[in-house]
Amino acid sequence: MNLRALIETRLLPAILVAAIVIILPMFFPSGYYYRIGALVFIFALAVVGLNLLMGFAGQVSLGHAGFLGIGAYSVAIGPTHFGAPSWLCLFAGAILSGAVAFAVGRPILKLKGHYLAIATLGFGLLIAIVLNNEAAWTGGPDGMNVPALTLFGWRVHGSDAWYWIAGATFVGGFLLALNLMESPTGRALQAIHDSEIAARVLGIDVARKKLTVFIISAMYASVAGSFLALFNGLVTPDVAGFLGSIELVAMVVLGGMGSIFGSLVGAAVLVVLPQVLTIFQEYEQALLGLIVMIFMIFLRQGIVPSVTAALAGWRKC
Amino acid sequence: MRAVQHFTATAVVGLCAVLGAALPASAQIKIGAVLSVTGPASFLGDPEKKTLEIYVDEINAKGGVNGQKLQLIVYDDAGNPNNARTFATRLVEEDKIDAMVGGSTTGATLAMIPVFEDAKIPFISLAGAIQIIEPVRKWVFKTPHTDKMACEKIFADLKQRNLTTIAMISGMDAFGKSMRDQCVAVAPKAGIKIATEESYGPRDSDMTPQLTKIRNTAGVQAVVNPGFGQGPAIVTRNYSQLGIKLPFYQSHGVCSKEFIKLAGPAAEGVRLPCAALLIADKLPASDPQKPVVVNYTHTYQQKTGQAVSTFGGHAYDGLMILVQAMQRAKSADKAKVRDEIEKTKGYIGTGGIVNMSPTDHLGLNLSAFHMLEIKGGDWTLVPGT
Repeated sequence: MNLRALIETRLLPAILVAAIVIILPMFFPSGYYYRIGALVFIFALAVVGLNLLMGFAGQVSLGHAGFLGIGAYSVAIGPTHFGAPSWLCLFAGAILSGAVAFAVGRPILKLKGHYLAIATLGFGLLIAIVLNNEAAWTGGPDGMNVPALTLFGWRVHGSDAWYWIAGATFVGGFLLALNLMESPTGRALQAIHDSEIAARVLGIDVARKKLTVFIISAMYASVAGSFLALFNGLVTPDVAGFLGSIELVAMVVLGGMGSIFGSLVGAAVLVVLPQVLTIFQEYEQALLGLIVMIFMIFLRQGIVPSVTAALAGWRKC
Repeated sequence: MRAVQHFTATAVVGLCAVLGAALPASAQIKIGAVLSVTGPASFLGDPEKKTLEIYVDEINAKGGVNGQKLQLIVYDDAGNPNNARTFATRLVEEDKIDAMVGGSTTGATLAMIPVFEDAKIPFISLAGAIQIIEPVRKWVFKTPHTDKMACEKIFADLKQRNLTTIAMISGMDAFGKSMRDQCVAVAPKAGIKIATEESYGPRDSDMTPQLTKIRNTAGVQAVVNPGFGQGPAIVTRNYSQLGIKLPFYQSHGVCSKEFIKLAGPAAEGVRLPCAALLIADKLPASDPQKPVVVNYTHTYQQKTGQAVSTFGGHAYDGLMILVQAMQRAKSADKAKVRDEIEKTKGYIGTGGIVNMSPTDHLGLNLSAFHMLEIKGGDWTLVPGT
């Protein structure tokens, strides 16, 4: 690939996202907006990972919040029970999540069809049950405190600090995902998504590629979970709940399956919208559902792909 | 079609802009509340929200506090602590509240505590767990009695009936687990022996196997069931279906008419510790809480057409303790109001008589609970409690 293509396909979108991260705070009147921004980037990180799995490998995970839970509780349990530094626990959590994804995915991804969805559904529920019941380790349903992250002697505290950390990590994760998609693995994944049989005929080890991307997506979710726990200073089993998994899937579909940038848009809509809709009081939940339905009816491919297609159409006119 | 797509895209941008414009009109004293109005804990948040709205209106109709009107800002966390934390930040940074009432669940409360401690805003929680006020945090108070007190009340009643060996069957929800732990912790001090323990999941629909095991355990003299939601009602039905005749205790988690309805005739003879609020009309006229709880019951039922629950009562107590502290402080100054909340003495509320101190940010004792027995489909007061 020549330099120009490299800039156009990978660096340009990453620079665009980085610019969003840097410019947005200029319009933030208070720390509350930093918190919302940080939450958007944290969830977007998990959604990018899940999008790789759903949009490119064509597999659905209905238990992705389980990995969020592993990451979140890693940074809670590690420092509290073992006195390990938080950053180390964050990496340990990601590796643990990857290992769990390997164990769950290896037998299942050899099968065709949506078996992974069912297996991950069960896995997610299992994680939530363990977090609820192992009260001696996890604090049970009331959750446990998470010691603040300390980096090079700097105690990370406050919404603005987390905004920058989450934003920078998201840009990194975003670039990584784009790179992955342009790599042989990425192209193989897209081939699998289009036609599994054709890909197999071309000599692609379908099961192995799917497993790779499942592990990667689990690690994305785990890091996001660790960030969420460190940011809130408290973690409860809700983080790994089934609703959380559904929310992540909704973010992927809403933003656009197979669109890495769509992951950011999907996460932003579902994090910001409930905040906006509080003015409608009791009708908040109903309106949220209605708006998501309208998006899915009129922007069937997800927000980003549909809008880009529409813009491209206009340009031709 | 393309026009529609364009429209929906701009609609998103428009909605995001509303976020900045969604600031309510300015008022004198702003009271924030983050409650679980929807979701699995809505049975807490819903009566709490209605209670706060009714009484803020009433106080404003009477001229407000210190001549200033109250403005109530309620957000719904849907039972999710992460949402609660976000809304807490919003209340502090955007709405600039003067004081905070509520946090329906323990998780939500614990998630919000650092926000209000940092901002130095008095925070009265409506959640149950003891770790909210132990260790004491400067800015954090709470109104509901703790699970530990419920255990002590049950154990005191057991001792009075000369029963010392019990079995426990606990729900695995947050409430059930917390109360189970507290009961296990205080049992030895109360002279109670727990012979066997069983548990059930919050969504289980049949607890017969666990109860059969308890029935077959030798020496058990009574059974205690910490839990809330519909689990305890199912346990009660199974208990009666199995024909177990041992005295049966439920917890304060099911102090609502809903429980009697769900459990039906099986609830006959079940005892449970509850706040005075549920038996307002059955309290003796000499009881100091009688006028307060009768008044609250009357007002709430008239305004909402629904039966009262202790949870709404906790919100009433939280608001009143706050308002009285503001009146004593003669201002809404956060630090002064906090000091006055801590000095609350002899406040008669729906949950009991509150006497706070620098080491006790709850201020209730065991007299806050009354031991009730279900007879003829209604609550009755157990004499001598």
